[in-house]
Amino acid sequence: MKRTGLLQAAGLIGLIAMATTATAQDDNQLVVNGEIEMITDAPAPENIGGLKTIYSGWRFRQSEMQALQMDDFENPGAYAIDEGVEMWATAEGSEGKSCASCHEDIEDSMAGVRAVYPKWNESKGQVMTLAQQINDCRTEQMGAEAWKYDGGDMTSMEAAISLQSRGMPVNVATDGPVAETWAKGEEIYYTRYGQLELSCANCHEDNYDNYIRADHLSQGQINGFPAFRIKTGKLTQTHNRFKGCVRDTRAETFSPGSDEFVALELYVASRGNGLSVEAPSVRP
Amino acid sequence: MKRTLILAAAMIGSGAILAAETVSSADVVYDEYGSIAASLSGTAGDPVNGIEVMSSRSQGNCVACHQVSDLSAAFQGNVGPSLDGAADRWDEAQLRGIVANAKITFPDSIMPSFYKETGYIRAGNAYTGKAAGDELTTLLTAQQIEDVVAYLATLKE
Ligand code: HEC
Ligand code: HEC
Ligand code: HEC
Repeated sequence: MKRTGLLQAAGLIGLIAMATTATAQDDNQLVVNGEIEMITDAPAPENIGGLKTIYSGWRFRQSEMQALQMDDFENPGAYAIDEGVEMWATAEGSEGKSCASCHEDIEDSMAGVRAVYPKWNESKGQVMTLAQQINDCRTEQMGAEAWKYDGGDMTSMEAAISLQSRGMPVNVATDGPVAETWAKGEEIYYTRYGQLELSCANCHEDNYDNYIRADHLSQGQINGFPAFRIKTGKLTQTHNRFKGCVRDTRAETFSPGSDEFVALELYVASRGNGLSVEAPSVRP
Repeated sequence: MKRTLILAAAMIGSGAILAAETVSSADVVYDEYGSIAASLSGTAGDPVNGIEVMSSRSQGNCVACHQVSDLSAAFQGNVGPSLDGAADRWDEAQLRGIVANAKITFPDSIMPSFYKETGYIRAGNAYTGKAAGDELTTLLTAQQIEDVVAYLATLKE
């Protein structure tokens, strides 16, 4: 039986070697429209175990796809910005108000907002995602119907708001009142769900930069969301992406907007603290 | 080694008596290192079908994580080690144990357990994202595992 023991040890060493040699695909730098310089790698935040350096998903994409995100005229996700900005000024609901009625110019009022979400909402006493906050304004302030959490309207509005933080480093709080939700998100991140028994970390921490079939694994960061996905031909909301990844482990997924995904979003967002907000990014 | 060999011989013996009887996932006997001595299906494995099982996305999709030079499947991944020469490193019982439930041979392995029905967290109904319901089946059938093992046994360098 010695032979097996030795071989097993050798196999494990091989695997460890593979894990530590993982580096991002390239050293390309992301500059959008020739002027917005993006931070696509940064030292890992202290409370994130298992990573030394964090990388934007952009760094793992092929150069043709990278190029699409470097120029808003080429970016297929840019359509959503116009949609979002138009909706910003459109009155809806029983109060006859638009977002602009209260928040005025989106460029001023929403600058820096995306970078700190999800965040604690004192009056509600809970962590809120950007999508939840938008829906809260719709139902409580405008007397309008809530948008579908990961539907087209919501995703476009999120993109328009996120754009006002483009280039700013993600900086979500992880302590104080959000600590409990953050810890719940961390637990979900490391849980091996589904019949394939794979956690987010199995793919995006242990194996980033490796290939799973044709897919070049990134760290699964959300600094680029909402992201335009070439595969589906539309802008994708964060929870929609989470849902797809959980489903692919042959698991029963959580729903967009669920407590689980809100906690997971807070935790995953914090894994990207220090990377630039990129939305709308372009991804496979 | 001796004890294991005798045990293995005994199991092969009983396998022959129960010819063509499938061992359910709950009844599989792993030795302490994770090997399974007896055939799971009682029917010899077909290496040609083993190739199909390993390459097909809807079956084993082993090439998602492993590179095998002998296989023509496109886009072979590298999450796991190359399986070239696997039969030089592992005997048949060991290979069967790895394919059926790799987590016994390699504790905490990322490799899925292909012959297991219980112990999952939020198991889904295949790739629908919906709950599995009561009828969760193993990822591969006993015969598919034997077919894969028969193919792996040809991977010598
Ligand atoms: C009637 C006034 C009103 C309208 C209309 C309104 N909001 Fe708000 N909005 C608020 C108030 C008040 C807050 C602060 C709420 C809080 O802190 O609980 C807020 C907060 C926000 C925030 C969070 C800002 C931050 O710094 O955390 C976002 C994002 C937001 N609104 C988006 C929208 C969008 C998008 C619309 C249109 C769909 C909209 N709001 C319509 C009053 C309004
Ligand atoms: C079986 C492997 C696997 C697992 C498990 C997995 N993912 Fe993914 N994920 C992928 C692949 C493949 C992609 C597409 C390529 C890439 O960016 O890594 C992806 C992409 C993503 C992206 C988009 C990244 C970007 O920059 O566009 C996010 C976010 C993400 N995953 C989050 C998660 C979360 C959260 C979990 C756990 C609930 C998870 N993933 C579990 C394989 C996986
Ligand atoms: C999600 C990725 C993944 C999938 C899918 C997968 N494996 Fe593995 N496999 C691994 C990893 C990782 C190892 C390394 C052992 C460990 O975890 O320490 C491994 C190890 C092995 C080994 C031993 C390696 C050696 O020394 O030759 C064999 C044999 C093997 N796998 C066969 C298979 C077969 C057959 C399938 C499909 C039925 C399969 N694997 C599917 C990840 C995977």
